[in-house]
Amino acid sequence: MRMMAGRARRKTGKLALRYAAATIVTIIFLFPVYWLFMISFKTPDEIFHVPPLWVPGEIQFSNYWVLFKDGDVKVIWNSLVVAGTSSAIAMLLGTFCAYSLARFNTGGENLAMWIISQRMIPPIAVVFPIFLIYVYFGMVDTYAGLILLYTAFNLPYVIWMMRGYIVDIPLELEESALVDGCTRWQTFWRVVFPMARTGLMATAVFTFVFAWNDFLFALILTRTEVITFPVMLTHYFGGQSNFWAKIAAMSVLGTLPIFVAVTLMQRYLVRGISLGAVKG
Amino acid sequence: MTSYTTLSDRLSVFSDINFKYLMIAPAIFVLLLVGLFPLVYSLVVSFQNITMTEVDDSFVGLLNYRQLFKDLRLWQALGHTALITAIALPLELLLGFLLAQLFLERLPGRQIFVALLVLPTVLSPIVAGATWRLMFDVRFGPIGQILSVLAGHPVNILWTVNPSYVYPGIIICEVWQWTPFMFLLLLAALSNVDQSQLEAAELDGASYWRVLRQIIIPAIRPVVAIAVLIRGLDLFRIFDIIWALTEGGPGSMTETISLYTYVIGFVQFDTSYTAAVAFLVVAVLSVIVTLALRRTELVR
Repeated sequence: MRMMAGRARRKTGKLALRYAAATIVTIIFLFPVYWLFMISFKTPDEIFHVPPLWVPGEIQFSNYWVLFKDGDVKVIWNSLVVAGTSSAIAMLLGTFCAYSLARFNTGGENLAMWIISQRMIPPIAVVFPIFLIYVYFGMVDTYAGLILLYTAFNLPYVIWMMRGYIVDIPLELEESALVDGCTRWQTFWRVVFPMARTGLMATAVFTFVFAWNDFLFALILTRTEVITFPVMLTHYFGGQSNFWAKIAAMSVLGTLPIFVAVTLMQRYLVRGISLGAVKG
Repeated sequence: MTSYTTLSDRLSVFSDINFKYLMIAPAIFVLLLVGLFPLVYSLVVSFQNITMTEVDDSFVGLLNYRQLFKDLRLWQALGHTALITAIALPLELLLGFLLAQLFLERLPGRQIFVALLVLPTVLSPIVAGATWRLMFDVRFGPIGQILSVLAGHPVNILWTVNPSYVYPGIIICEVWQWTPFMFLLLLAALSNVDQSQLEAAELDGASYWRVLRQIIIPAIRPVVAIAVLIRGLDLFRIFDIIWALTEGGPGSMTETISLYTYVIGFVQFDTSYTAAVAFLVVAVLSVIVTLALRRTELVR
């Protein structure tokens, strides 16, 4: 009896210790994010205070207001258009392809391997010749140019992920739809598409995040008209001084949608970032 | 196999035989257009001699490729990339493993901790770099302030300029952003380790190290392999964080292969030579990726 009580007490003690450790680790990892959010609410005097202040005097939104007044928020709109459109196209084309790979094993293992290896090649090596081609066709600094590139960049991911989700759908439903006289095409839209709903949603969110967060493609392929928010952010860095308030406020504006989207998709996060290798 | 009863069925482009190829056609077309075509194009350009000042589209053979071997800055850039990868990757793996151990057993509210811990990983790397640039600022950032308090005297480190601190700065930012990635994957892998084996080992009185070596590591190895592959390839192309923190400086001290390619291609406009570098990178990496993929369980 005494032994068990001792063990229970040790267990509680251990739990408390683990809580303490978990809290400290979480605070350390979140501190930079907190710092960024906090700066976005500071006045210039508070930002350039020595020693640095860890809490703003009051929550005020003038740093955000400046972004709206100067028209800088257009870059968020650009990001939204480019990431949204390219994700939608990649999802559509990618899911078609994934269905064919999953159900007919089209092209065998080699095609699947080629598709996923496309994902893993460094963007800089691909984007250089693309830039030359875009210059030739006048596609630099256009929505179409960026959308095409992000679509292609995300396609391997969509195909790979959706192939995994479709393989998980039982075959019987499709078979009975075919027996009932549906064409392959109808079967795909009426049976497979609805069944793959959650996989589609999760994959679409991650596809959107990848395009939204990209910097390199946008840096090279945009000039003034369609620059996205990460590129705008680097414009705020100066040799002598940084536009701290703008950096912080723009970062928060560009990050909030991602936080919301990923938090909603928490359950699919592990599968999403491990290319489907870990079902979580 | 399938018998078509009506004429419309037989004429339908979505008959079984065509269906599977029609479904992959649009995606493959886009991939070839944006993936393969530029590659061929850069191969052609790499045999020419196009620079900012002259457009010489006659073929010069292997001139650009021969130059690769004499280009000290290229090899240094490869070295910098390898250095960052060699330090950051094991560190992320180790810290991710320790974190996963912490959250492995039942811990009420674990979901919330995990949801908060993954935030750095989903940030745009440019935002991560910008954040740490503000954190590291010698006068208005908190890092110097914290270090000063800990050291008991003012600590003024120029993290993004001082040659002794640029690499630690980059690696801190990189490890901060991607440790949660390793943590998530390892947590999932560790949760899937066969509990009955662990209990049996505990009953036998096996030491923790033995359990780790003989049960846990073999069980999580496939996931670790994939995590290392994904992160290793990401680290090889590292660009955004360095751009935000040091822009490759001081000098070209933190210039990685991606930054170097950017500089010769978009600052010096050494078109043909950049094409050669880009082609070489793609060729070498394709081989590595193919070999690595065959060894993981990603392609079944």
